[in-house]
Amino acid sequence: MRLLAAALLLAGAAVAAAQTPRALPVNAAAIVAEGFPKQLSEYGFFSDPAAQLPAPGVTPYRLNTPLWSDGSEKLRFVYVPQGAKALADGEGLLRYPVGSALIKTFKLEGRLIETRVLLHRADGWLALPYQWNAEQTDAKLVLAGARLDARTPAGEAISYAIPNKNQCKECHASGGEVTPIGPKARNLSAQWLANFAKAGKLDHAPKIARRLPLWEDRAKVPVADAARAYLDVNCAHCHGSNGAASNSGLFLAWEVTDPVMLGIGKRPVAAGRGSGGLDFDIVPGQPKQSILYHRMNSLEGGVSMPEVGRASLDRDGLAIIHAWIRGLR
Amino acid sequence: MPALSIAAATAFALAAPAHAKTIVVASGDGAQSRLQEALIVAEPGDVVELAAGRFVLTDGLSLDVKGVTVRGAGMDATVLDFTGQKGAGEGLLVTSDEVTLRDFAVENTKGDGIKSKGADNIVYYRVRVTWTGGPKETNGAYGIYPVSSTGVLVDGCKVSGASDAGIYVGQSKAITVRYNFVEQSVAGIEIENSRDALVTGNMVTRNTGGILIFDLPNLPVMGGGNTIIEDNMVVANDTPNFAPKGNIVAGVPRGTGVMVMANDGVLVRSNTIADNPTAQVLVVAYPQPFTDKTYNPLPRNVIVAGNRFSGGGNEPQLPGGDMLKAAFGGRLPDVIWDGIGKPPIANDPLPILSLGAPGPGVGMAEAKPALLNLIPPPSITIPVGVGAPAALDARARP
Repeated sequence: MRLLAAALLLAGAAVAAAQTPRALPVNAAAIVAEGFPKQLSEYGFFSDPAAQLPAPGVTPYRLNTPLWSDGSEKLRFVYVPQGAKALADGEGLLRYPVGSALIKTFKLEGRLIETRVLLHRADGWLALPYQWNAEQTDAKLVLAGARLDARTPAGEAISYAIPNKNQCKECHASGGEVTPIGPKARNLSAQWLANFAKAGKLDHAPKIARRLPLWEDRAKVPVADAARAYLDVNCAHCHGSNGAASNSGLFLAWEVTDPVMLGIGKRPVAAGRGSGGLDFDIVPGQPKQSILYHRMNSLEGGVSMPEVGRASLDRDGLAIIHAWIRGLR
Repeated sequence: MPALSIAAATAFALAAPAHAKTIVVASGDGAQSRLQEALIVAEPGDVVELAAGRFVLTDGLSLDVKGVTVRGAGMDATVLDFTGQKGAGEGLLVTSDEVTLRDFAVENTKGDGIKSKGADNIVYYRVRVTWTGGPKETNGAYGIYPVSSTGVLVDGCKVSGASDAGIYVGQSKAITVRYNFVEQSVAGIEIENSRDALVTGNMVTRNTGGILIFDLPNLPVMGGGNTIIEDNMVVANDTPNFAPKGNIVAGVPRGTGVMVMANDGVLVRSNTIADNPTAQVLVVAYPQPFTDKTYNPLPRNVIVAGNRFSGGGNEPQLPGGDMLKAAFGGRLPDVIWDGIGKPPIANDPLPILSLGAPGPGVGMAEAKPALLNLIPPPSITIPVGVGAPAALDARARP
């Protein structure tokens, strides 16, 4: 709840920041030029980096249901270059023009850990990871990733992994090309989309027939909606027909309806010991007999899923998946 | 040695862009980030050269740049040691085309050894993948694991201890797997949901099953077949099955030489198949229930011809195996078919044991075993056009 409040406050702050006359604009050239900027500050995405106050033209957003990363707090921002507009594409990803950037900062124990940027260049999207310094003044490029000791909000000591550039792409890929994955219209609020369009950054606010629920509302919505939203956001970028796990045949996106593709009664293909001695990805009514739940509930390399991006268990996510599978017939 | 290096460098120069460079990475402190960074900043045509030594690694590595060669100082000299691996599914993941991996070893990964996905025209040459503790259920699944690719050459490699398949090629086409040595894995070599494969000149021994050619339902790529298995040594595959339950290979009986499941057009020819205690050659339908209407569970056009058989069939792990063994005087015939669909085609005067299973996915309880006297069919279609593109050969030279 506190996270949400903070995000909303920040969204308010952004509007104020955008009107602060002394704030410098974003360095648009750093987004599109060749090469990999060594410091996050080179982009000028923040007017106050330590406070994560965005620069003019940089808009905060939140996702209805977010990807879980060891419980870290995430601050998300989008930049669309001056005079350009994103195009709505139905319920799917907003199509951001060349020169756009998506920025995501991870916080643990009240400290900035890393900021990942997705830059839309003329030859496609590029994903780069930046690690914050001890003074919290700037973040440096870590192409090869990094590991650091951290403590999750649940109090668990973990070895936190900042992904390397290739690992960014393992999730952020569709058919071999880098792509954003989070900001699909169906996972953004109607209000945010309307505001973004009103600000001239989006051609129109698309109509959404079936929006992903707010994660904090998961106890109030049908469990299938919460569970399918969770799987869509946490799994489907790999477990989709164009994703890194396409060869598994297990497809977990929001729009998938085929029960076997979703894992119900589906046998594993290349799970190895990830199967945990179980026969099916999902056994209706029996979460503990389901490989999907088993792998979410593991911390062991070669077993745990997702393969990257977590070093502890998502107990809230597990509870929703448990409840959903238990209720399946 | 200098002469060899020059020859290799010249061969490489012919194929590489003008500005190709060599990035040398040594073992020692910071090997994880130095090596990973080299794999990221490499450009098409570059060689990432791994010096001799033991690279102690904590996370999986990945390569996503086209046309890069990763070359060590030999499969016993350069070792990527993942014993202390904390994250990621495999030791090395390749997702770009035209990559060559050669002359290094990968040890004790938590998941698969080396995986290449959507990586066309890949060459694995003299690479070793080993789980050093011997066969264990906790070992990673696949040793060498190219998947969803067109153009795959696996040549002169060595794998030991995989809890699924030592060399596994899945959902791919235009494949050559040759001159490899695979032992103490559940499956030695497995070709799954793939077409146009040539498996030749390999030595597979002490696995649970030697060479498996499978086609499975509910996958993006199905319809495996047009595959030749020839001139291999498939000997004494007698390790008890240690695959984690739930995986398809967990159902492979200990002591299977060559096994064909589903698939259309598989030629098993001129192999030496010896001392595999369940079945020297086993041809079966997919045994599980399935709902995928586009999937054909039957083996079709499986040809068994001109193999050198000896021993085997003496400890069959098949339903009713002991009774069958007694009925056949102590060992089963060399070729065993589950009895579903059409029998395999054998040109030789080979007796074939049909287990007489009543149909796919209904179990063996109603089976009615019988010895078949085969009548060779009027015409046989031999697979043609198998194997990796010839252009890959140049990258698989000493």
